[in-house]
Amino acid sequence: MILQALAFYVFAAITVAAAAMVVVSRNPVYSVLFLILAFFNAAGLFLLIGAEFIAMILVIVYVGAVAVLFLFVVMMLDINLTELREGFLDYFPVGALIGAVLFAELLLGVGIIGAGSTTVADLNAHGAQVMAIDNTRAIGRVLYTQYFYLFQVAGLVLLVAMIGAIVLTLRSRPGVRRQKAAEQINRTKEQSITVVKVPTRGGV
Amino acid sequence: MTIGLGHYLTVAAVLFTMGILGIFLNRKNVIVILMCVELMLLAVNINLVAFSVFQGNVVGQVFALLVLTVAAAEAAIGLAILVVYFRNRGTIEVEDINTMKG
Repeated sequence: MILQALAFYVFAAITVAAAAMVVVSRNPVYSVLFLILAFFNAAGLFLLIGAEFIAMILVIVYVGAVAVLFLFVVMMLDINLTELREGFLDYFPVGALIGAVLFAELLLGVGIIGAGSTTVADLNAHGAQVMAIDNTRAIGRVLYTQYFYLFQVAGLVLLVAMIGAIVLTLRSRPGVRRQKAAEQINRTKEQSITVVKVPTRGGV
Repeated sequence: MTIGLGHYLTVAAVLFTMGILGIFLNRKNVIVILMCVELMLLAVNINLVAFSVFQGNVVGQVFALLVLTVAAAEAAIGLAILVVYFRNRGTIEVEDINTMKG
């Protein structure tokens, strides 16, 4: 049990520290790398409470797709970093104020959760029971039956996002020579070969 | 010393606040703002999964999965818009995005 607590504190500390570095680091590339670190440690947190499926999906989707996409865009755009850093601390007071108020409210919420019927202690006792079937199987049983339409809608959201991203970024530039496979295949002998009568000693 | 629901909720609260603060600090850099939004969504996911596990109800994890899907879609669309904007303007400063006078 003490080992689990230790692992939790290590994962939590690294997650929070990496999140802080995402916010304050000078170079967006470092920000993306710290974001990846934060996601990995959040996956560790999920593993600790037995949500293996979400942990693995987090690594695959966030680190494998989203973070790499960010890295791609950050490196593709030629950004003037010093200009972007100007006025970094301009909004710090108001940001810190709003952040402090929000954090206090969230902690208050954690403190008084379910003051009526169920308390945090009740939930903790509940969580201590070992699940009869493994996590992935349990999710699958609910996801493909009760929440099947929701699952389909999730796929639809991804499809629309894919089409949207392609439509937004696709552009046809003039003066670019592209291969036109259909035209090449449809060429006939008559179109491409002409027989020239060459006079003797005249040359072509 | 057992790790309970409160611990996870606290971590999520810290992450969420960090995301908010990041949006305020990086007013000019849209990429970092998008990353901060991802951080906030991660905090929401931690909350959902923690409640799901400690209530013994797996539905919360299904919703975390959906949040993940929406986060991926949002990142793709956001970055596509960013790329188009950079192509047209040559900069990604948020304060320049006021053509629509909204």
